[in-house]
Amino acid sequence: MQTNILSICYLIGSVSFIIGLKMLSNPATARRGNFISAAGMGIAILGTLLLYQPSGTEFHNYGWIVGAMVIGTIIGSISARKVKMTAMPELVSIFNGMGGLCAALISIVEFGRIGTNHEDMHVLSILAGMIIGSVSFAGSMIAYGKLSGKIKDHAFPGQHIFNLVVLLVVLLMSAFIIFGDSTSFALIFYGILGLSLCYGILFVLPIGGADMPVVISLLNSFTGIATACAGFLYNNPVMLTGGILVGSAGAILTILMCKAMNRSLQNVLIGSFGGAKASAGPATGEEGTYKEISLSDAAMVMGYAHKVIIVPGYGLAVAQAQHACHELEKSLRKNGVEVKYAIHPVAGRMPGHMNVLLAEADVSYDDLLELEPANEEFGSTDVVLILGANDVVNPAAENDPSSPIYGMPVLQVWKAKSVIINKRSMRPGYAGIENGLFFLPNSSMLFGDAKDVLQQLINQIKEI
Amino acid sequence: MQILLDFIQNNIELFYVVILSVFLGIEVISRVPSVLHTPLMSGANAIHGVIIIGSIIVMGEASPDNYLVLTLGFIAVIVGTLNVVGGFVVTDRMLEMFKTGKKAASKTTKEN
Repeated sequence: MQTNILSICYLIGSVSFIIGLKMLSNPATARRGNFISAAGMGIAILGTLLLYQPSGTEFHNYGWIVGAMVIGTIIGSISARKVKMTAMPELVSIFNGMGGLCAALISIVEFGRIGTNHEDMHVLSILAGMIIGSVSFAGSMIAYGKLSGKIKDHAFPGQHIFNLVVLLVVLLMSAFIIFGDSTSFALIFYGILGLSLCYGILFVLPIGGADMPVVISLLNSFTGIATACAGFLYNNPVMLTGGILVGSAGAILTILMCKAMNRSLQNVLIGSFGGAKASAGPATGEEGTYKEISLSDAAMVMGYAHKVIIVPGYGLAVAQAQHACHELEKSLRKNGVEVKYAIHPVAGRMPGHMNVLLAEADVSYDDLLELEPANEEFGSTDVVLILGANDVVNPAAENDPSSPIYGMPVLQVWKAKSVIINKRSMRPGYAGIENGLFFLPNSSMLFGDAKDVLQQLINQIKEI
Repeated sequence: MQILLDFIQNNIELFYVVILSVFLGIEVISRVPSVLHTPLMSGANAIHGVIIIGSIIVMGEASPDNYLVLTLGFIAVIVGTLNVVGGFVVTDRMLEMFKTGKKAASKTTKEN
């Protein structure tokens, strides 16, 4: 009876994950979809707690389990509530790593419980869960470090080959455990654990920070597969379906993200940016001169324009300038200026990052232009104000076949009458390449922190 | 080889579930607007937190005096809960901001 009810709980859980994911892919139903998955998860977890009957023994350690869940819930909900919208991608990466760690820990415990006459497939799922889980954990932590700027890109010559060798050793050692005759595998097992963690670190370390969303999505998919392995191990349908679902959905999402940047997954992982920088860097070099514009001039130009399009980028996110940006929009509107936002699909650090930030500042959804409509409107625009965006407005993507970002769809801001670019310095953007836009005759630079600049612009425009 | 075939034969339902889930995952995601990529990733991230059930089972089956397993399991339950709770809450916070078109506009006008 108990087990039957538990099976139904798991069925509800699985179905709610599917429905939840489906609803999450539509803006109108997304929030409810998330709620439905959460409810299904709750039912599956409660069911396990109350109804699960281990074979042979009783269910022990309720106190510890509930205690751990309370601690996890408190830390999880507080950090998720408190985090700034700009740091969201980092947090997602951490949570993903936690899932991977959980999978790895489960496998470690289960490995300790294997008897001498173990089933090969049983060991295989333990090993797979441990390897994938720890790669995902270590990789996510590095991705977090990169997004928060704590870790820089590191690569050494031949790293890809080295990584492959590490992976190969891990696979060989696993094969040895599965097919070997010996009974004391502990040392090899922990060796695999260590190497998997190393592999996770080495795998993410050379990939540029701009590509982290793709990496996180991929690692997310990995954790899904690790979950499915644990599902196999326990013959647990909800873990199996949930894990596989996330595994395949995560993989597709990764490919979709790559497509939005017009790059292949291979390209992201092998890191063409790093390699191409050396060859393409000097050729495009720092050519020409740029001109600066003063704050008051910028305010004048914008205050008397008919149409202004704002292009937000990561600079806006780091400066937490989304509210100031909305203020600027309002004061421009008071002067009768038409204001819109052009959002590149990969502006910021994650697809949709800018939409979330601007929505937080109450910018109306209707004023946000996607790539194609925005490109149609630039021709009839007087002023484009670029706030800390760089690679997504680089003309090299359209006219320089040697550029590493050649072929990526970009916002054609240079079609506007004048372009004002707010940056903190002339440093190249995340892709590490020069931007010819800064040297065009109709561009001018407005250096400074996005938030300060915006606030001063607002004051100046109010005086007009 | 024989082992593998036997294994597949014995777990044929599981294999059906896996294969169908793969296609389902692909089908469900394939037409998502790029605006929703981040929340969707975060939502999927929360869903794989179902791994917590595994850690609960580990803890439940561990004998109360096996401190090594208890410690590992305890950490596993904490991080699993972090994944689930944090994942869903973060996703909700992201989606909270996507007040759809007209509703958001009318709300802002009221506030102003």
